[in-house]
Amino acid sequence: MSLVFAAVCSHAPGITGRAHLADPARKDALHGELYRLGESLREARPDALIVIAAEHFANFFMDNMPAYAIGMADHYEGPIEDPGWLGIARTRVPGNAALSQRLIADVMNDVDVAFAEEWKFDHGIMVPLHFLTPRFDLPVIPVNINCQGPPLTPLKRAWAFGAALRRACDTVPERIALVGTGGISHWPATPDSGKVNEAWDRDFLDRWARNDRAALLDYSDASTYRDAGQGGFEIRTFIAVAAAARGRGEIRHYAPIPIFSVGCTVATMSIE
Amino acid sequence: MSLYGTQKLLFHLNRDAAVQKRYREELPALLEDYELVAEEREAILAGDIGKLYVLGANGQLLMHFAALLGMPWADYIEAMREGVRRHGPVREGIYAMTTSTDEKVAGV
Repeated sequence: MSLVFAAVCSHAPGITGRAHLADPARKDALHGELYRLGESLREARPDALIVIAAEHFANFFMDNMPAYAIGMADHYEGPIEDPGWLGIARTRVPGNAALSQRLIADVMNDVDVAFAEEWKFDHGIMVPLHFLTPRFDLPVIPVNINCQGPPLTPLKRAWAFGAALRRACDTVPERIALVGTGGISHWPATPDSGKVNEAWDRDFLDRWARNDRAALLDYSDASTYRDAGQGGFEIRTFIAVAAAARGRGEIRHYAPIPIFSVGCTVATMSIE
Repeated sequence: MSLYGTQKLLFHLNRDAAVQKRYREELPALLEDYELVAEEREAILAGDIGKLYVLGANGQLLMHFAALLGMPWADYIEAMREGVRRHGPVREGIYAMTTSTDEKVAGV
């Protein structure tokens, strides 16, 4: 089979951990769209879910930082953060090591990836799963793109990685769903937390929805840092999904929620 | 740069219960295992989130140290502002402050 579902969504820890501090109507609208994304995911009847995340030093650190890493285990655990802080109970999440191994071997034809037989999920994966697979019953294959510790992989390599992942999905019989998670512009975990460059976000989402490769890759890290903060480096996950899906995006939800530190986004992309 | 040592300690502290136990029971000895300059060691010993922020600690590491210290979100954000008030702008890393010290962006 192949890729049967592609989407992106926000993963900010405040979405669950600081839900009680947000405007209830805005919070409910976002949570509702995230649950609805989960329904769409299930309608695609996937055998496994690849989550392309940008983790925050849960597994990978500057002592040995991979630009790209893919999990290769039969189970994972999360959240690594304090469950009370995140508002998500610690749980075991199923994986599929054999499927991971086949995908990794194929991706390696085009992109050198690290693999990991141990992986603790942080909020970057747990917050999306909390809404998309609330029973944590769908095998997950975690993918990480280093968006935290410079030097960072160039955007054109994030595109190449997404394209390689798609080719790998096309070689396996399983039905694969793909979700990229990250912020667009945001300045998380700083005193600026809550600042969002909405115009920049909407322009980026427009480029993403058109799946305009040249426009998506037309950012430097310096311009992203200036206009979209260090959180903006996570656009790599959205770019990889666009390269994998090859289709057009539908922005289902976009709304800045300051206490969640990000312009909260839910979007799907057709698969071509 | 010794910022690496500070961040490595925070990385271990965030993910390893054994390191958290040593943090509680024998902090000075724990700090001997990391390459730190005096002001980093003093900031960690004091749990001085504002100073660690100014020294350049990555926010994704620092916010969990703040949580470990039991700081509510608003106090953590304010501690970083207070750090900038007392010690000046962030010196390294990618988590510099771009708003003013009297601005409450998200209402906290």
